[in-house]
Amino acid sequence: MAFLDISHLEKSFGTNRVVKDFSLGIEKGEFVSLLGPSGCGKTTVLRMVGGFETPSAGSIQIDGVDVVGLRSNQRNIGMVFQAYALFPNLTVAQNVAFGLKVAGVDKHETAERVTEMLTLIGLSDLGARYPFQLSGGQQQRVALARALAVRPKVLLLDEPLSALDAKIRASLRREIREIQQRLGITTIFVTHDQEEALSMSDRVVVMTGGKADQIGTPFEIYSHPTTRFVAGFVGTLNTFDAVVTDPATGAITLGETPLTLNRAIAAKNGAVVTLAMRPESATLGTGQPGDVTLTGRIAEVQFLGAIIRITADVGGQNLTLDTFNRTDMPPPAIGSDMAISLPTSSMVVLVE
Amino acid sequence: MNRFMAWTAIILGCIYFILPMTGMVEFSLSMRRGVYSLDAYRVVLADPVFQATFSYSVIMALFTIAFGVLLVVPTAYWVQLKMPEIRPVVEFITLLPLVIPAIVVVFGYIRLYNTSSWLPLTGSVTGTNILLMFGYATLALPYMYRAVDTGLRSIDVATLTEAAQSLGAGWLRIMATLILPNVLGAVLSGAFLTFAIVIGEFTMAALLDRPAFGPYMQLLGANRAYEPAALAVIAFAITWACMGLIHMVSRLSKHKRVSH
Ligand SMILES: Nc1ncnc2c1ncn2[C@@H]1O[C@H](COP(=O)(O)OP(=O)(O)O)[C@@H](O)[C@H]1O
Ligand SMILES: [Mg+2]
Repeated sequence: MAFLDISHLEKSFGTNRVVKDFSLGIEKGEFVSLLGPSGCGKTTVLRMVGGFETPSAGSIQIDGVDVVGLRSNQRNIGMVFQAYALFPNLTVAQNVAFGLKVAGVDKHETAERVTEMLTLIGLSDLGARYPFQLSGGQQQRVALARALAVRPKVLLLDEPLSALDAKIRASLRREIREIQQRLGITTIFVTHDQEEALSMSDRVVVMTGGKADQIGTPFEIYSHPTTRFVAGFVGTLNTFDAVVTDPATGAITLGETPLTLNRAIAAKNGAVVTLAMRPESATLGTGQPGDVTLTGRIAEVQFLGAIIRITADVGGQNLTLDTFNRTDMPPPAIGSDMAISLPTSSMVVLVE
Repeated sequence: MNRFMAWTAIILGCIYFILPMTGMVEFSLSMRRGVYSLDAYRVVLADPVFQATFSYSVIMALFTIAFGVLLVVPTAYWVQLKMPEIRPVVEFITLLPLVIPAIVVVFGYIRLYNTSSWLPLTGSVTGTNILLMFGYATLALPYMYRAVDTGLRSIDVATLTEAAQSLGAGWLRIMATLILPNVLGAVLSGAFLTFAIVIGEFTMAALLDRPAFGPYMQLLGANRAYEPAALAVIAFAITWACMGLIHMVSRLSKHKRVSH
């Protein structure tokens, strides 16, 4: 059994089923993100792990102990909130020391641990300040230190970066991940920001409508989405309708073009499936042997710096493709016809 | 023109407040014919009944404040945290003392807790004192509750509570180390109002026949000339001292942004 084991978790508020049959195992030291649109139940799952909501059904085990019956102050978890939630009447050092004081750790060790934590978050000289004297980013780092000071078994973070501006968000993202890895602390991170989830996590749980739609590494989630929701929610995606001609070999027809994916498709002969593909998989010009080559009329060119995002009209359907900007090759002219090649290996079939 | 109007308003206001005050102070100093003296004050302060009733009321005020804080802070906290939907009901209840005259309340008390009732509080001095304290707390409830509720609304009670719980804290610690210190300013202003109410209260103390400061002031006012004025000035001084103290305390709380 995993270190943190959530199984068949359910939660209803009145008649509103908010979390449905949610199961997830997290290994010790793993960083797992819950990613999904607002209202999909991420916070509710996190709050059930933290002991702030009681599950309607299902179990939560931490280190082999069923914690559902325990109050949150008995669970030994660390929690970081979007709104920082520092105690306004206590100094930074007193905030960090709070949990240690509750646990009855002696003065000497408390002082040592506080120093250690403040050094960890790079604010060792701000111990005497009050929360209102800190910037948002500093406050959230103190909140992290406060949660970590008691050496919790599990660290729970609920959109901790959402209230911060973009620049601080990016740097704090890296900082949190680094601290998490250094301490090897088991972590659940809730976010609606796919970039955050993909860049920080060992594994990502994509949630929709209270369910875990797909669980996998960032690479798996991004490259091999298994449902239409995941494919659409994470990253930009081209989708085409295709007709299955032979499920065993993966033969399909895309418009008029027949192609073979060389892997089985879980659909019947003649079924219409969705073929999905990331913009960066497609290339301009004829690609590798075996690629599908289509002709498209360039409809839009967005110059984004390192990347050029091109939208082409392929047989009446829009196709988005990203290419790296190359100084020796200016972007294609709008209205011109270009060959576009799509490697079959990067095509994902979404059945449903 | 605007400036002129503003100054006029200020001056009129000053006259409205200051003129009667100066008159009263002047009168309180005029006990000895022809010269200003502190004779009236000397007489009042030396009166053993003054000393007894005043200390009685101060002690009652302190007990009322303690009782009010212990009653109101956890209640307001709990309502905000767990049952925000019943806040209007609680607010309505706390406002009732403003519309129910003290005399009705105290007659109700006497009927309910008389010597032949199931809880004969009026049968003993301690019991009557406790009853009077309840009465005072009721009178102060609208102010106390409002002040504390406003104070609580200025902090994110729910999230702070959860943060403390996740760090292992129980209810008692949360109340004592987080909630109370964060609403201290509000509690103090509630306490100050309670103090003022208790010191001046007449009806309840008189009807329950307790030796409080209110009935003493009334008695003195009915029978003397200069001493009541001195008493009024003393009462004013106490009120202002309280206000000054509250102002100082709110400036001393370091965790708040000082507004200039
Ligand atoms: N205490 C509550 N009472 C009633 N409904 C709630 C409560 N908490 C959350 N919900 C509902 O549960 C759903 C999921 O909420 P939440 O877990 O906060 O979503 P997320 O964090 O993914 O945005 C929402 O529709 C929300 O309205
Ligand atoms: Mg949320």
